[in-house]
Amino acid sequence: MSSDRIRSRDVVARVVLHVLLGLGLVAMVGPFVWMLLSSFKGEGEIRRVPMTWLPEDVTFANYGDLFERLDFPTYFTNSAVVAVVTTVGNLLFCSAAGYALAKLPFPGKRVLFGMVLGTIMVPSIVTIVPLFVLSSNLGLVNTLAGLILPFLAQAFGVFLMRQFIFSIPNDLLEAARIDGASELRIYWQVVLPLCKPALATLGILTFLASWNNFLWPLVAASTEDKYTLPVALALYAIGQNRTDYDLLLAGSVVVVLPVLVVFVLLQRHFVRGIATTGLK
Amino acid sequence: MPARSGTLARAVTGWAFALPFAALFLVFTAGPVVASLAMSVTDIRSADLLDPLGVNVVAFDNYARLFADPKFVQAAVNTAVFVVVGVPLTMALALLVALGLNSGLVRFRTLFRVGYYLPVVTSIVAISVVWRFLLQPDSGLFNELLGLVGIDGPSWLDDRPFALPTLIVMAAWRNLGFAMVIFLAGLQAIPKDLYEAATIDGARTLARLRYLTVPMLRPTMLFVAVITTIGYVQFFEEPFVMTQGGPLDSTLSLAYHTYNQFGFGNYGYASAMGYVLFVVVVLLSIAWFRLLRNTHEQ
Repeated sequence: MSSDRIRSRDVVARVVLHVLLGLGLVAMVGPFVWMLLSSFKGEGEIRRVPMTWLPEDVTFANYGDLFERLDFPTYFTNSAVVAVVTTVGNLLFCSAAGYALAKLPFPGKRVLFGMVLGTIMVPSIVTIVPLFVLSSNLGLVNTLAGLILPFLAQAFGVFLMRQFIFSIPNDLLEAARIDGASELRIYWQVVLPLCKPALATLGILTFLASWNNFLWPLVAASTEDKYTLPVALALYAIGQNRTDYDLLLAGSVVVVLPVLVVFVLLQRHFVRGIATTGLK
Repeated sequence: MPARSGTLARAVTGWAFALPFAALFLVFTAGPVVASLAMSVTDIRSADLLDPLGVNVVAFDNYARLFADPKFVQAAVNTAVFVVVGVPLTMALALLVALGLNSGLVRFRTLFRVGYYLPVVTSIVAISVVWRFLLQPDSGLFNELLGLVGIDGPSWLDDRPFALPTLIVMAAWRNLGFAMVIFLAGLQAIPKDLYEAATIDGARTLARLRYLTVPMLRPTMLFVAVITTIGYVQFFEEPFVMTQGGPLDSTLSLAYHTYNQFGFGNYGYASAMGYVLFVVVVLLSIAWFRLLRNTHEQ
């Protein structure tokens, strides 16, 4: 009898949990669903009271406007170039430096690692002024290179790779050395293949951070042809287009959708990678 | 001799691997961190870029001016409220969701996990644009839903008492997925035997939560608290897109004020403000560490 009671309590708990978590899920996903559906509505329907969920007359005009009235292909290309180059740079430079910091003896190693640790938590707003002054002295303001270089090799990436490579057994590397392999070859053919999970995590995190990065591109890109997607969207949202709901919603979809697709496809690596990064 | 050249060769190899990172890092990260401190004790303005000799050292004048600047004080208070309310709110919601998903009673766990994590990966700018529409006083989704139960919702972003709380709730909505994933990993790392032992000893659900789960989660909580705090101290995009710091500076944040001062060309002043923000981040991290460090490891 008492086991029956426990079972029925379990059933109630199950139902309550599913309802609560389900409501929460609707609250999390609802705004995205509304954004996507409304981006296919005409201006009048977007503003209508009471609001609609499904578009009555499906229109692609909002997306057309992104091309005709604004220069979204340029912003998209800028965002993609910046994110891809930043990601590749971090994978390469951070894994190489991580290897050196974890496994190779060289003078100044502790100082370098100390500086990496010391700057991981520095808020980006702290360095924005000197970074802008430096960029303008180097002629990097309002260039794509200027958007990329400050993020091309980040402290967090080195920390992540160093921690991961540190756990690779030394015997493995020694064996390769005895076989006469050069350090470059060991790095490329022994260390990197073993680092795939860490590289996947670093690659995903860097790509996302770069795609969504806002403050530095806002400061460093001064003409429209150098805007990234978030900068263009934000400046339209607060400027003279601030009430063009149709345009802004379609623009938001273009900013969000590529990332959502990547995330849903890679979500398993994602969640695992973030969890292990967090627990280290 | 061979030994010495071997050491040299290894040093060269080590530096060769570290150099591309080290060079970029020194120029674009470590250098600016130091330069920012140096600039914060000068009166450098944007016009001085063409005439570096016009810069004067003014010692701590910028810092003294900061605390006499009513906008700075307002921004500091707003940021403090955002952090003090937002971080615990985000963590509590995330922990509840994680406990629910970890209870062993829930199906479709991947679906829930992906759904709750969705806002974390998306651009804050896009989210802010969408939420601005949802929060419209007359045609937005929120007030329509409230209207269904007979409540006449306010103008969320234009009414002074509502603007900052609205941004806090939005931040919790956006960030709880990150904390949830870390909490889930932390929960799964707690050995199952401990729960069995506690149950056999007669500990009920709440007692197990209080005396077993929460203490075992301390390191995880510390990590989540520090990361969330660092993020929240810098909040900028939401007010930039949704309120432009208004109404009446009630959503002006420290990072936003710093950005504005930079925009006005007050480089020394902006650097000083940025450094204050940095110090606050470090102090808060230390505070979390003292509060949440594992008492058994003292």
